Amino acid sequence: MKVSYYPGCSLEGTAKSDYAESLHAIAKAFDIQLEEVRDWHCCGASAAHSINHRASIELAGNIVSLSSKLPHEDLLVPCPMCFNRLKTAVNALKEARAEQYRVQLGDEIPNIWGFAEYFSTPDMLEQIIQQVVKPLKDLKVVCYYGCMSNRPPEITGAEDHENPQIMERILDKLGATVLDWPYKTDCCGASMVLSKPGIVHVLVGKLYDMARRVGADAVVVSCQMCHMNLDMYQTQIETTWEKKFDLPIYYFSELIGLACGIKGAEKWISKHITESLSLLDRLGLLKSNVTPQVEAVA
Amino acid sequence: MESALKPDFQFLDEVESHGPFEAAACYQCRKCTNGCPVTFAMDLYPDQVIRKVILGQKDDVLRCSTIWVCATCETCTTRCPNDVKIAEIMDCLKEMAARQNIPVPQPQARILHQTFLKNIRRHGRVFEGELMAEYLITSGQLMPKFKDGTLMDDMKLGINLLRKGKMPVIPKIHKGRKFVSEILKD
Repeated sequence: MKVSYYPGCSLEGTAKSDYAESLHAIAKAFDIQLEEVRDWHCCGASAAHSINHRASIELAGNIVSLSSKLPHEDLLVPCPMCFNRLKTAVNALKEARAEQYRVQLGDEIPNIWGFAEYFSTPDMLEQIIQQVVKPLKDLKVVCYYGCMSNRPPEITGAEDHENPQIMERILDKLGATVLDWPYKTDCCGASMVLSKPGIVHVLVGKLYDMARRVGADAVVVSCQMCHMNLDMYQTQIETTWEKKFDLPIYYFSELIGLACGIKGAEKWISKHITESLSLLDRLGLLKSNVTPQVEAVA
Repeated sequence: MESALKPDFQFLDEVESHGPFEAAACYQCRKCTNGCPVTFAMDLYPDQVIRKVILGQKDDVLRCSTIWVCATCETCTTRCPNDVKIAEIMDCLKEMAARQNIPVPQPQARILHQTFLKNIRRHGRVFEGELMAEYLITSGQLMPKFKDGTLMDDMKLGINLLRKGKMPVIPKIHKGRKFVSEILKD
């Protein structure tokens, strides 16, 4: 199956060697061909919607317009910020006041999907069950969604914005133990990590602390900004909190790759800033630990 | 004696002309403030910002740090029982304050947004390494960060990102750049 694909800027940078590469690999393994939107550019992200509203709608709107030139029904967007901005633009450009913007949309607009959302449809879950060769037994995780894929629900279309289940469904099929916790959609403050790191240390520390309290050994995310925020600054945040958290932050796509025996999974996970392989090693989930019987099944 | 309050009753209309945000529908239930994750760093609570918009306290809301502390997590807008677009009002106030160059106690958030837009105007896509460096210089954080040692942490992180293939050293050349620089011209 062919779909349109809008990577967004950070998938060429800080989220390239783990998130982007894992998405490409799992898409291939599930026979989904990603066709990149031609001549794509930045959606404007936090900066545009904060201080230049018009540009925020026009930049994101133009991406939707560029993507409708491809002959595919679905547009996959890995970054929840881009996802949110694209959906917001579609909304604004359909309204009565749309003529104030210098970008117009045609009638044919693709369905805009987050990646995790796309992989959690009943059909995809069925395919995941078929492909799992190494269930993530004994891996205790909490799923963390952050803000942008959920809120506001009339923009995102999220079915349960206070208690989403998208990643839970996927991780359950992968054989992991998914724990319930109260901070699934609480903000991690990613847009402030450069300008107000003190605030971020409070917000992210709270998340680590609660994840540990409910007994999780790792956090699973579907957002590269949350990932950056939770993975890159863990040592500094531990210093602020005077506490060791030692929490690997995995992308859902890396864990699909790992459980389905897709080549590259260990390499993607090795690209995190917080060391994330030794937990999987201890649980016997890395290749070097695969018992001959399991390998025979694979 | 001059009155401390100088209400500008046009202000609500001025804000709403960028909406509709339904600010006037606010009945001060404070659900926005109770769910906000960053009130601990605010000088006005979100419900107070909305009230002050209605009461024409323009200076208070354009000069407060709250609008720049707001992370736009959209919890307030999502939960508001009267459909007031609180996070969107915060954005609107940020834009007004930025366009009028109103001084803020901690201008880092505004400088970051401005640096970000300059960066994408230049390259069409965010060039993260350059953005971080340029932001450190223009926000005046370089010396304080050098002195408190956090600059060293940042440099170590930068090297780590390079090593792990997460920090390209040359920006990508692509055709989308022209559109972005056109849109951000004014």
